[in-house]
Amino acid sequence: MQKALTLADSTVGKKALLAVSGLVLFGFVLGHMVGNLQVFLGPEVFNGYAATLKGNLPLLWGTRIVLSVSVVTHIVMAVQLMGRSSKARPVGYRKKDNAVTSYAAITMKLSGPLLFFYIAFHIAHFTAPGLALGNYEHSTTDVYANFVSAFTIPWVTALYVIAQLLLGLHLYHGAWSLFQTLGLSHPRYDGKKRLVAQVFALLIMAGNVAMPIAVLVGVIPPAG
Amino acid sequence: MSTINLTLHVWRQSGPNDPGGFKDYQAKGISTHASFLEMLDVVNEELAARGEEPIAFDHDCREGICGMCGMVVNGRPHGPQVETTTCQLHMRQFKDGDEVWIEPWRARSFPVIKDLVVDRSAFDRIIAAGGYISARTGSPRDANEIPIPKEASDLAFEAAACIGCGACVAACPNASAALFTAAKLAHLSLLPQGEPEQQDRVRKMVSQMDAEGFGHCTNHFECMAACPKGISVDYIAKMNRDFLKAMITARTDLPKREKQ
Ligand code: HEM
Ligand code: FES
Repeated sequence: MQKALTLADSTVGKKALLAVSGLVLFGFVLGHMVGNLQVFLGPEVFNGYAATLKGNLPLLWGTRIVLSVSVVTHIVMAVQLMGRSSKARPVGYRKKDNAVTSYAAITMKLSGPLLFFYIAFHIAHFTAPGLALGNYEHSTTDVYANFVSAFTIPWVTALYVIAQLLLGLHLYHGAWSLFQTLGLSHPRYDGKKRLVAQVFALLIMAGNVAMPIAVLVGVIPPAG
Repeated sequence: MSTINLTLHVWRQSGPNDPGGFKDYQAKGISTHASFLEMLDVVNEELAARGEEPIAFDHDCREGICGMCGMVVNGRPHGPQVETTTCQLHMRQFKDGDEVWIEPWRARSFPVIKDLVVDRSAFDRIIAAGGYISARTGSPRDANEIPIPKEASDLAFEAAACIGCGACVAACPNASAALFTAAKLAHLSLLPQGEPEQQDRVRKMVSQMDAEGFGHCTNHFECMAACPKGISVDYIAKMNRDFLKAMITARTDLPKREKQ
């Protein structure tokens, strides 16, 4: 019997799943950044915030599940689509002069996989015992201390800053591209949509870059 | 009348199974009023006179409406001038002494037949999959018998300007046929006659587009920049929207098309 056409059989459907999962991740990194910016308010506020998150089990596990599903969907769709498109032009051009695309758009297939390695490292860095990368004890309650200790090491700060630049690049294209992918386009708001999405991408990057650098230069001091 | 001399690097490939390669030619004393194809005609006459095989390229109307011509000139499909087919590109766009790289459309789904001629029948199969209206249209209706809003007819008309040349595929970093397929969908589905079959049409044409082996759309918008008719990527958003809506709401399943 012939199989019925499903969403995930088509490039348009796969790309839509990529966009929806990308939107979820986009929302998460925005919330993650806003939450973390509380580190500027001192150890009580920041550790309080961390305890609130950890204490709210439905929120914690809900987020973990939604994020895991999104990350897996995003990566599987990205890999499948990239694989297809890499076969679509077996003989390339000797000379190709792109007219309008951006550096961010061209490098999506690079910034994406690099982000994957960064995310894996980042989660391990702040959760796995023994991976604290420095001369301090990883604490499960004093998150502020972990934060400050981690980023007083210059190469760790450098690594995070580079990763945030990559995230900024990925979202500079991704954050508005996803609307086009999902068919959300209208001449009345298309121009603004692109601008707003790109401003959000750059805000996320700026906020995330500010925190590790603030620790390194002493604006965020060690507690007590 | 001013004339220019150019150095051409032209892709030569004797047939589908020949690996092919670039060959250099001198185009001498070319009138700046000549079209790009006329320049190639001059070169070909010299080649023929020397007993060499002329450069094969597609062309028909030479007035920018049939969609037969097309080659990648210095990295841009149809050459450097916006919204212009190769046949309408004039040599005044070039300077004396310029080097010009000339290559065929590059896509797995557009195999080279010879030199700069590619097989674009993949486009025909996308149309055949659903790019039509199956109701009998009969003899011409009275004007305004079916009311059509001006905006809808304008949008449908702009999409219908697609001449199917394939420059969108050639320009796309993924060799995607999204702009072509989207234009061929929109010029029908925006009108009342095309609306009833819209959900089947979008699913059939998108799945045929995929089955032909074109890449996916990653919103670089190179297609729109290369399109000699300036067709907007808004039609791609519409195709995505209509496809997703059809996949979610259509009451009948369609068979999955196998990859070619
Ligand atoms: C924090 C993590 C990430 C966020 C917030 C994110 C967000 C996004 C967004 C919003 C899009 C746009 C979708 C569209 O154009 O419709 C996108 C596209 C994409 N992402 Fe991610 N992504 C992340 C991680 C990754 C990872 C780990 C990969 C690695 C496999 C990846 C690979 C891609 C690719 C290949 C595209 C498609 C680019 C294109 O169509 O031009 N992303 N991402
Ligand atoms: S030859 Fe007809 S469009 Fe160029």
